[in-house]
Amino acid sequence: MRSLIDIKELSLEEIDSLVNCALDIIENPAKYSEKCKGKKLATLFFEPSTRTRLSFEAAMYELGGNVLGFSEASSSSSAKGESVADTARMISCYADIIAMRHPKEGAPLVAAMNATIPVVNAGDGGHNHPTQTLADLLTIKRKKGRFDNLTIGLCGDLKFGRTVHSLIGAMSRYKNIKFVLISPVELKIPDYVKTEVLDKNGIEYVETTDLQGAMAELDVLYMTRVQKERFFNEEDYLRLKDSYILDLPKLQNAKSDLSIMHPLPRVNEISVKVDTDPRAHYFEQALNGKYMRMALILMLLGIK
Amino acid sequence: MNIDSIKNGIVIDHITAGLGMELYSLLKLDTLDCSVVIGKNVGSRQMGKKDIIKIDADIELDVAILGYVDPNATINIIKNGKIVEKKAVELPKKLVNVISCKNPRCITSCEQELDQVFTLTDKENRVYRCLYCEAKAK
Repeated sequence: MRSLIDIKELSLEEIDSLVNCALDIIENPAKYSEKCKGKKLATLFFEPSTRTRLSFEAAMYELGGNVLGFSEASSSSSAKGESVADTARMISCYADIIAMRHPKEGAPLVAAMNATIPVVNAGDGGHNHPTQTLADLLTIKRKKGRFDNLTIGLCGDLKFGRTVHSLIGAMSRYKNIKFVLISPVELKIPDYVKTEVLDKNGIEYVETTDLQGAMAELDVLYMTRVQKERFFNEEDYLRLKDSYILDLPKLQNAKSDLSIMHPLPRVNEISVKVDTDPRAHYFEQALNGKYMRMALILMLLGIK
Repeated sequence: MNIDSIKNGIVIDHITAGLGMELYSLLKLDTLDCSVVIGKNVGSRQMGKKDIIKIDADIELDVAILGYVDPNATINIIKNGKIVEKKAVELPKKLVNVISCKNPRCITSCEQELDQVFTLTDKENRVYRCLYCEAKAK
């Protein structure tokens, strides 16, 4: 029995296999429409989430399976003080696979250690969110046709952004990847990501505060939100916030085949005017998340 | 300090000066009924000064704790008044219930029956990370 808690648990071959499965699902949806008939996905969401939960549910329904679960901790037994371990043991009696989101980091791992069915981490605090990274990878594959020889710009909150850290971890395993890390000084990438991931894998990277200046060399631009509450004072926030809002003028020097991505929800960090630009791929990225979750459910349930 | 004074027991030698009391506490040597002697700042040709712990009983030592606190320490097993075995300790790959995670967002902060597990992620820099949240041990 296999779970997925951290994207690093997947080998490059397994990622290739998931991507190929997702591409086949896109091409031949009917072939997969009853693959999970009679199977149940339990969505255990201890904190609210719209996209991830609905994406998991849509994925299971499109595979012909059923879904049960809850969407906030107050409607679960944890409100009565039940431990994550006990919840996982109990749900194992009712479902075939679990997707769990929890505000505490490591909770899905605890569930996986106690469940007798596969557990997928659907986000644990600011820690891991492997299925978002799978969505990012499928988007890169579909838009760029490859995982190597890419210059990837990551922009915004690089300090606290779990999606950014996971994507760096996943892409650092491919050849000839360069990262351009674009953020305010206050939200620079943590040192441990540099030492334990980038330097360890001999990955080329540059750090800059200038989004527009970095634009011309990028193949992928991964935007994240710069949140006001991350700054020590409002003055700094007001001074910097517009520098990290992507709009059409900032895209003037960008490559014609740039892929603009965002894990969503977007607040104001990408102007809505960018949405109609053919390089804006963030809504398709959300759709890709559903396909990759379908592929992952099949893999973890051992269904071919 | 004369290790010959122990007949059957253990001498933890070459402890970095100042770490003896921490080891005494983490190894729970205060719970033993036998004689336990701690030497602090003992003269050492090799180290200048060192700490040393002598335990007058053949007990099961938690080598992981020893390795985590002071990988330079050595263990001498004494039988019939003689050193019969010298063991070097090394950084343990895993620590269970030795240190606690300080990350308030970690699942262990609210579910306290969970084992506190840390794994060695960077041997060179002696970095241990929480199994659950991957926060660095402090």
